[in-house]
Amino acid sequence: MGKACSHARWVANVTSARDQILGDIRRALGGEEAPGHAEAEARLAGHPRGLIPKRAQLPTAKQAELFAAQALAAAATVAEVGSPDEVPEAVASFLAGHNLPQQVKLTTDPYISGLPWDRQPTLETATGRAEDADLSSVTSAIAGVAETGTLMLASGPDRPTTLNFLPDNHIVILPKDQIVGTYEEGWDRLRQQGAMPRTVNFITGPSRTGDIEQTLQLGAHGPRRLHIILVDTPD
Amino acid sequence: MEPQSHLFKQKAKEALDDANLARALKNMHAGFQVKRLKATEKLPEFQDLRERGREIKNHALENLDFYLARFEERVTEQGGQVHWARTAAEARDAVLKICQSVDAKTVTKGKSMIAEEIALNDHLSNAGIEPIETDLGEYIIQLRHELPSHIIAPAIHLNKDQVEETFRENHTQLDPNRRLEQVQDFTDEARTILRQKFQSADVGITGANFMIAETGSTVIVTNEGNGDLTQTLPKVHIVVASIEKTIPTLEDAATILRLLARSATGQEYSSYTTYSTGPRRPGDQDGPEQFHVVILDNGRSALLGTEAQDVLRCIRCGACMNHCPVYGAVGGHAYGWVVPGPIGSALDPGLIGLDEAHDLPNASTFCGKCAEVCPMKIPLPKIMHHWRVREFEKKLSPPRFRQGLALWGWFAKRPAFYRAGTAMAMGVLGRLGAKRGRFAKLPLAGGWTKFRDMPAPEGGTFQKQWAKHVRTRGGSRT
Repeated sequence: MGKACSHARWVANVTSARDQILGDIRRALGGEEAPGHAEAEARLAGHPRGLIPKRAQLPTAKQAELFAAQALAAAATVAEVGSPDEVPEAVASFLAGHNLPQQVKLTTDPYISGLPWDRQPTLETATGRAEDADLSSVTSAIAGVAETGTLMLASGPDRPTTLNFLPDNHIVILPKDQIVGTYEEGWDRLRQQGAMPRTVNFITGPSRTGDIEQTLQLGAHGPRRLHIILVDTPD
Repeated sequence: MEPQSHLFKQKAKEALDDANLARALKNMHAGFQVKRLKATEKLPEFQDLRERGREIKNHALENLDFYLARFEERVTEQGGQVHWARTAAEARDAVLKICQSVDAKTVTKGKSMIAEEIALNDHLSNAGIEPIETDLGEYIIQLRHELPSHIIAPAIHLNKDQVEETFRENHTQLDPNRRLEQVQDFTDEARTILRQKFQSADVGITGANFMIAETGSTVIVTNEGNGDLTQTLPKVHIVVASIEKTIPTLEDAATILRLLARSATGQEYSSYTTYSTGPRRPGDQDGPEQFHVVILDNGRSALLGTEAQDVLRCIRCGACMNHCPVYGAVGGHAYGWVVPGPIGSALDPGLIGLDEAHDLPNASTFCGKCAEVCPMKIPLPKIMHHWRVREFEKKLSPPRFRQGLALWGWFAKRPAFYRAGTAMAMGVLGRLGAKRGRFAKLPLAGGWTKFRDMPAPEGGTFQKQWAKHVRTRGGSRT
């Protein structure tokens, strides 16, 4: 008995934790030998979709409506503009409406950089990662998911993640043709663009907590306000 | 953490006498139950999605070695590192080593039940590294030197006045006459204090709701945004997660996430669902320079292939405890370990041993509500029953209980004696209690009559009445 125990300990020490855990799993699942994983391989390669709720299967025109309604229900605010040219003014008016300084930190992706910020001379813009002093940020999104009014944002050299979390006010510009029905469609868009980004954020409404007496309170650690500006796109 | 589950009966008794706890737990009905019901009713496919979720997790568990290995491969390809830990001790050592390798002074933490399981905070503190909890609930209980009493609402056992006391005691740098009345006052105060901590921390530690084999991503689901600040600002991000969090694809995550927030808080989707894949990339302006995943077994692989395997499907939404009459009465601390409530009663005996936790599967009325609301369709009462059988086999239940059960078993296996015995008992009890219709005290039934009256039997035994019923209805036994 004692001998067996010390033998087991010796084996445990020379076997790496990795090999032991994977071996234990394999044995528990019924076999010393690695079984075939053809089904699992196929699942990874094909990443089949599961059950898609009916609510998300709408004609494109209706999806923007659902997206806006769901985002509002999640305590975001939504504004609509007719063209990209109107975005800077919409940003300025959101800031003015909340008595916020006319200062924003922008992502530098082509869409946000291409907006006519100079038409809003009182609005100060800066770029780079967010710092504590930044009160408001403006970012783009990969997609808007109509199902739950969720924004899908991806990190990159021109899209620092801190802009999504540090400032009190997060403003997201979303062209309507980037609204999709489901999370799965969002992933497909991202897969078309190449490798998985370092960070993908699905954001639904502003930061909140219910940790004190189950009372909902907005603005826990992340943004107190999430403002979405929908930009009309030609059909 | 050191399990205290053997003290369940004593702690449950104390909890029942705790007026503050009763007041706090009262919020659960409107807070969790009503909201969950509304959210599930708004999604007609919810029940079908539960079945899909169950299938995904079952498939993942049946191929767990494959998916874990693939996950590791993908993480490594992206420049991250995977560390394997058989035990809690190996996991906390792995975390400490990483922290020491960057000479860490402070560490911020997102809410992680695995970090609680491996008692990470104490381990780091003992090595001179300050761990700072950043989830509001976890922050409050860290200040109070308490353990979480709920897996998604760690401070659910507290009331506002208790939090006020804690904040005034600890935040002595602030004006003692400041207002702390509304929930917003508390949230703002914690926000201000923790902002500085996020910025100065050397390492950020989070848990993971999922590990995705397809991409090597870890996923956290939060509402506060603290998890994202925790993992984005420091130069090192460490994820601690247990083996069963692995699922195959992004699509599988999408399906399960349709269940998670609705079951947990009754939200359609949580505020933040974040997928992290490796460390920061060339050209990135923020994000961690190092990305580590510590994968913990700690007894889970031994549950595979057993009758308790289904507990590994759990996605830690908390719905079972939110709807449990026992949890609702005694709260989470009585359970004496990280995971309380019905899922704890089904999981904990498997992880910390039946000797320690055998009271937990008995802390159930078997009303079945937990299984009814579980998004992963875990048959919780069935697994608790499994542990009760093991408990009996290991002779862990009290002698009187075992003797009583043995006596009943003797009769039950001898139908003639059983019928005669019960007929006699019913007759005697019926006559004795005929006047008042109930007993306020009854020998051998003190456990019952101490809290309520025992109704006196009317008429014959159930079997006799049933036979009569079948005769008069002219029906036949099927």
